Amino acid sequence: MIYLDNAATTMHKPQAVIDAVVNAMNSIGNAGRGANTASLGAARLIYETRERLAGMFGAESPKQIVFTSNSTESLNIAIKGLIDPGDHVITTVLEHNSVLRPLYELQEKGVEITFLESDEKGCVRYGDFEKAVKDNTKAIICTNGSNLTGNLVDIQKVGEIAEKYGLLFIVDASQTAGVFPIDVKSMHIDVLCFTGHKGLLGPQGTGGMYVREGLSVRPLKSGGSGVQTYSRKHPKEMPTALEAGTLNGHGIAGLHAALGYIEETGMDHIREKEQFLMRMFYEGVKDIPGVKIYGDFSSYNRCPIVTLNIRDYDSSEVSDELLMTYDISTRPGGHCAPLMHEALGTVEQGSVRFSFSHFNTEEEIAAAVKAVRELAEE
Amino acid sequence: MRKKELRLVVTFHTTADAMAMEKECKENQVNGRLIPVPRSISAGCGLAWCAGLEDKDTILSMMDQVGIEHEDLHECMV
Repeated sequence: MIYLDNAATTMHKPQAVIDAVVNAMNSIGNAGRGANTASLGAARLIYETRERLAGMFGAESPKQIVFTSNSTESLNIAIKGLIDPGDHVITTVLEHNSVLRPLYELQEKGVEITFLESDEKGCVRYGDFEKAVKDNTKAIICTNGSNLTGNLVDIQKVGEIAEKYGLLFIVDASQTAGVFPIDVKSMHIDVLCFTGHKGLLGPQGTGGMYVREGLSVRPLKSGGSGVQTYSRKHPKEMPTALEAGTLNGHGIAGLHAALGYIEETGMDHIREKEQFLMRMFYEGVKDIPGVKIYGDFSSYNRCPIVTLNIRDYDSSEVSDELLMTYDISTRPGGHCAPLMHEALGTVEQGSVRFSFSHFNTEEEIAAAVKAVRELAEE
Repeated sequence: MRKKELRLVVTFHTTADAMAMEKECKENQVNGRLIPVPRSISAGCGLAWCAGLEDKDTILSMMDQVGIEHEDLHECMV
């Protein structure tokens, strides 16, 4: 199988990640529940993982890193825990449903939302952010990279706007964490939401968020914490405040190893390889008659994603044909990005997304280009 | 049961603080170990750092230096 659906999840994990999960399942207890060897083993591993993530994102302290099960949970905690009825929020049409749906829920409760339009290539216009700011604007919530087109959003630039107007800046880094450098301090990020199973190369069911020191987020859940058992309230100290219940220690062990792998291999090296493969694919298919590519390719410094359609073929049929005839895995349809599809005019047809990992090879890319060419010629 | 001694017990708000304490103590070669919070201190649960009373000043200055937040300091029989 040629796996080109890495924006959904990076299927190929480093062996160290797999080994770490197996080792953890043979050895660790429940972090913070008792002081026995197994429990402490879990607590140490989890704390070290916080440290690695804090280092990667430039967090003030490992305590500002919260573990969740995925970006969706992190975004729900951030959005529902910081935005109140009467507040105004600025977001973009590039967003995934994990941002949009919590916002639609809040809209019904009296939160005002501005969805910034994109241009014809699916890029945000940075001037629009400032124009949308109102007296009751509380936050800017935006993605670092579109999961549909792969277009990046310059979160440095948006962060500076948020800082200028005293707005909270909540970033969805689902497509970029682990591959693109993110520095929460210089980018003025208040909450960074990430998943562990994409660019961070960890197991599914791992994810997390960075929350700026001093920022109080209303928790989505309360419950077991391992501390203050007889208090009727969940502890308010970070990271426990946002981590009710047993953490996914086995998964976090894998994430711990994945972060070690990224550090050893080099984030720049990983990104350059993925962008090289993306470019190879893009240049191979862009001039094929009948192929329409979406997104901005004026720079190759973008998420390693190429999304396209062939003639007026249904994207699901194309993806299925790629699988059945060529054994190539891609993702068709809507990609949980309804507003981006509306902006690109692809609601009916959907689109076929090819997304790359540094574990992919040039031979695989050549095979994918050949497959697209053959389908377009049919 | 082991014979109890009067020792220094540091409690924390979160498990993350306790883990930070263990790490810093190890790095700074400060004595002690993590124990379950003794019943005499709190009816709750959680981890505490337990060390000899003679290390109290070293521990306090280290916590201050590296910025470890603690809940309370106790001298108790553990």
